[in-house]
Amino acid sequence: MSKVLIVAEHLNGKLNSSTARCVTCAKAFNAGSVTVLVLADAPEAIAAEAAAIAGVDKVLTIANPANAHPIAAVYAPQVVAAAQGYSHVLAPSTTFGKDLAPRIAALLGVAQVSDIAEVLGAHSFKRPIYAGNAIITVEAPADATLVATVRTASFAAAAAGGSATIEALSVSVELPTHTRFVELQQGKSDRPDLQSASRVVSGGRGVGSAENFAVIYKLADRIGAAVGASRAAVDAGYVPSDLQVGQTGKIIAPELYMAIGISGAIQHLTGIKDAGTIVAINKDGEAPIFEIADIGLVGDLFTLVPEIEAALG
Amino acid sequence: MKILVGYKRVVDYNVRIQVKPDGSGVVTEGVKLSPNPFDDIALEEALRLREKGVATDVVVATIGPADCQAHLRNGLAMGANRAIHVVTSQAVQPLTAARTLLKLIEKEQPDIVILGKQAIDDDCNQTGQMLAALWNRPQATFASKVEINGSSARVTREVDAGLEVIDVDLPAVITTDLRLNEPRFIKLPDIMKAKSKPLETIPLESLAVESGDHLKTTAYAAPAKRSKGVMVKDAAELVALLKTKGLV
Repeated sequence: MSKVLIVAEHLNGKLNSSTARCVTCAKAFNAGSVTVLVLADAPEAIAAEAAAIAGVDKVLTIANPANAHPIAAVYAPQVVAAAQGYSHVLAPSTTFGKDLAPRIAALLGVAQVSDIAEVLGAHSFKRPIYAGNAIITVEAPADATLVATVRTASFAAAAAGGSATIEALSVSVELPTHTRFVELQQGKSDRPDLQSASRVVSGGRGVGSAENFAVIYKLADRIGAAVGASRAAVDAGYVPSDLQVGQTGKIIAPELYMAIGISGAIQHLTGIKDAGTIVAINKDGEAPIFEIADIGLVGDLFTLVPEIEAALG
Repeated sequence: MKILVGYKRVVDYNVRIQVKPDGSGVVTEGVKLSPNPFDDIALEEALRLREKGVATDVVVATIGPADCQAHLRNGLAMGANRAIHVVTSQAVQPLTAARTLLKLIEKEQPDIVILGKQAIDDDCNQTGQMLAALWNRPQATFASKVEINGSSARVTREVDAGLEVIDVDLPAVITTDLRLNEPRFIKLPDIMKAKSKPLETIPLESLAVESGDHLKTTAYAAPAKRSKGVMVKDAAELVALLKTKGLV
């Protein structure tokens, strides 16, 4: 029976929903037990959130001032120490998990499965390669610890309703001081988080400038959506990099995705292929985005977006 | 200061990959191959550090089949001082790649190793982190800004929450994100010059690397297609449809 350890992702004292998505992934291969590991300076509140996820059997905490920020070189040896006796170590395929998981795998001397998109068995998974243009079936050895990252857009967050036990764990490993957190520059925004929002309005190169992006923000605020962007829009400096959706940015699965002025490069499309309904608005009727859109509308976005707002009533 | 740059050859960014009808792989015959875009950014960053006087020696390394020589000449033409080709006819998985690069580190003793954050073929995003772990050195992944201050580097990282800044003591592994720089174009005279630059060939077997190729790919499939959507004529029709679906 598999024994799964999930490394919790959290920020500012709050658990990220990516953790509950990893729980769903573990449940998909009928994990015998699911333990969530919280590394933090003050893990109590985060651990309580994790304990309330349905399907979690146990929450382990490692409290240490050195764990205040997710430094992979500091976290990895502690996870390795905690992972003794576990068959699986899972982390979300977010920048947190992508940074940390390979470091854990290398210390354990095992391969890593990146971006689990579908579970076929406890050691058999589907994952995308070539920007999602091919899906491979990967078999990992059953006699080694399996380290993997979970493509969060492919798994719904496990519901609340759990009441797992919480245990403090102490591990005796030497932590490196060669890597030091300086600061996190976060954009201040009251909008929903791009990665977990049920609606997303995204703008691309067609928006034309940072000033013009006001059109996108206005529509997003009108329908309570998060704001995203194509790589072209980020590269052009219209919006910050944390709004980028696609192969190398965020992979998301909102119920509604509105792509405005985005032509639809394959690298962008791979970031939204699990979205519920994709709406494309572009002045070029031949744009590739229309090949995958559920609803397409050809025309000038600066005319159409205000009309959409008006039509929303 | 010496910088080692990982420089992988991959199917070109613009190629739309097709899965073979029998599911045994993807079609690579006759497909354009190019340096991994993130590795071009890695090499560019190394060259800029050399041009600033921070580094003196930039070494590009690849692990790949015999015909990767032209690919490495490309890296030399871009400006690397020399190249190392670890020759193997088999594709290696990230853990093997990291163990191989560690052997090169032991030989070359670089102060900084710069790799792309991921290769756009297998999209693994693992090798840099694994290498840093095996080397027992810091990692600064997804870098969008790198400043060297004596014996440490201040790296700005593109993370989901925004931009994270960390200091790492050197030597360290840095992996590049898209916005670190814009790689230069190669000029014709540089292609000529590259022909006479040193290119060392090392058979992978001779490095006695323990294989980390533990994963087996048993099937390839094309992604599920989204069903064809509908076109609407105006904003009113779009909003009406979204309201019907309960999406707004």
